[in-house]
Amino acid sequence: MSDGSARAQAIHAGDRRALAQALTLIERGGPAAKALRRSLVPRAQTRVIGITGAPGAGKSTLTTALALHIRTRGLTIGILAIDPSSPLSGGAILGDRIRMYDLAGDSGVFIRSMANRGRYGGIAGATADAIRALSAAGYDIIMLETVGAGQSDVAVADVADTVLLVESPGMGDEVQSIKAGLLEVADVIAVSKSDRQDANATLQQLRALVQMQHADSDAWTVPVCGVSAIANTGITALADAVLAHGEWLAMHPAGPRQRRRRIVALQRALEILLLESLSLSPVWQDALATLDQPNCDIEALAEQLLTNWRATPQPN
Amino acid sequence: MNDASAPIRVLVAKPGLDGHDRGAKVIARALRDAGMDVIYTGLGLTPHMIVEAALQEDVDVVGLSILSGAHMTLLPRVTQALDAAGLADCVVVAGGIIPVDDAEILKTTHGVDAVFGPGTTTDEIITFIRSAVAAVRAGRA
Repeated sequence: MSDGSARAQAIHAGDRRALAQALTLIERGGPAAKALRRSLVPRAQTRVIGITGAPGAGKSTLTTALALHIRTRGLTIGILAIDPSSPLSGGAILGDRIRMYDLAGDSGVFIRSMANRGRYGGIAGATADAIRALSAAGYDIIMLETVGAGQSDVAVADVADTVLLVESPGMGDEVQSIKAGLLEVADVIAVSKSDRQDANATLQQLRALVQMQHADSDAWTVPVCGVSAIANTGITALADAVLAHGEWLAMHPAGPRQRRRRIVALQRALEILLLESLSLSPVWQDALATLDQPNCDIEALAEQLLTNWRATPQPN
Repeated sequence: MNDASAPIRVLVAKPGLDGHDRGAKVIARALRDAGMDVIYTGLGLTPHMIVEAALQEDVDVVGLSILSGAHMTLLPRVTQALDAAGLADCVVVAGGIIPVDDAEILKTTHGVDAVFGPGTTTDEIITFIRSAVAAVRAGRA
């Protein structure tokens, strides 16, 4: 489809409407999205900041405060705000814009809300491509605000350069923090609502924990920053920490995180290609036909499908 | 997913100075339960902010809830700005306290596609949105 490259050109030229329409196309998926993905040229200097944390921790508020501050440093910002889809109707209420009121009307900011369509991990399936589009459109910083995440929703680390974990005070004792998961993928930790009295204890615990984790002197030391939207404190230091991590990454391009991200990207590309060519094969139709039979063993069916597929000659 | 079967994207906004958002929230919830993606933007938006959000979110529908009495000023500004931004094929629906005579003028001369007053069922609104969006998408295909 030649439409893909014409659209990509408009995006590269900074056409916001073309970008918005492209994001819709990407969300819907399919061949048009694939053609577009190939025509888009992401910019190497784009930094992706993933903002994650429990529901109500203050992700949207902090994203807004951080974006307002980063704008004062002359950088443009694309924001992807992801909210959950209803498992029942498939619909979604995407409400992050309510707290992003102060960013409305700034032409250096582009905000897009996305439903996660039931995907786990706190991000949507089309997130990586949406980031690619925002980068191609020239936004310097892309802020990815995840669905309110649990301890194991670490998928954000697969697409973000810098993972900013938002913890609110009094969310549990030290043991919660020692557990594996989100805390392990965090590059910067913000303790929100730090105007509250119990915030100091949370800050101290997290700092002690971070020191325990990073015995290796070559590794990035995770900064723990107290912030408060009410008192309007800590945002400058947090922005410094987040941007410093970006610079650190640029100096350590071969780190384990970057490698893992490339592996995940490869896996993802393969997944899409495999499923696409599989769904065009007759063995897929055969499998669909048996799917609705009573007592159908899906796992066995999948194995059978793969065996049949391997047996069919592959077109080039 | 093709154009016709993709989820309908709706922006629900409250223009101007108007603190009454229960209606907008009920509508947002009903549209979500009908399988739509609803971008809820909250209170106190200017027409410019609404149109910029509609553009960035690439919505099919802009739903405006207004109970302040300023509908004859604010709603035409929204539809004019939508046209100016190249978003003329956005379906615009309004709800709230809008007298019947005003509703007629908004529909005939200001590009509002439908006005839903008190007592409208959510089913009526969902049915209208689905058929209006289907018509726009069919025209685009």
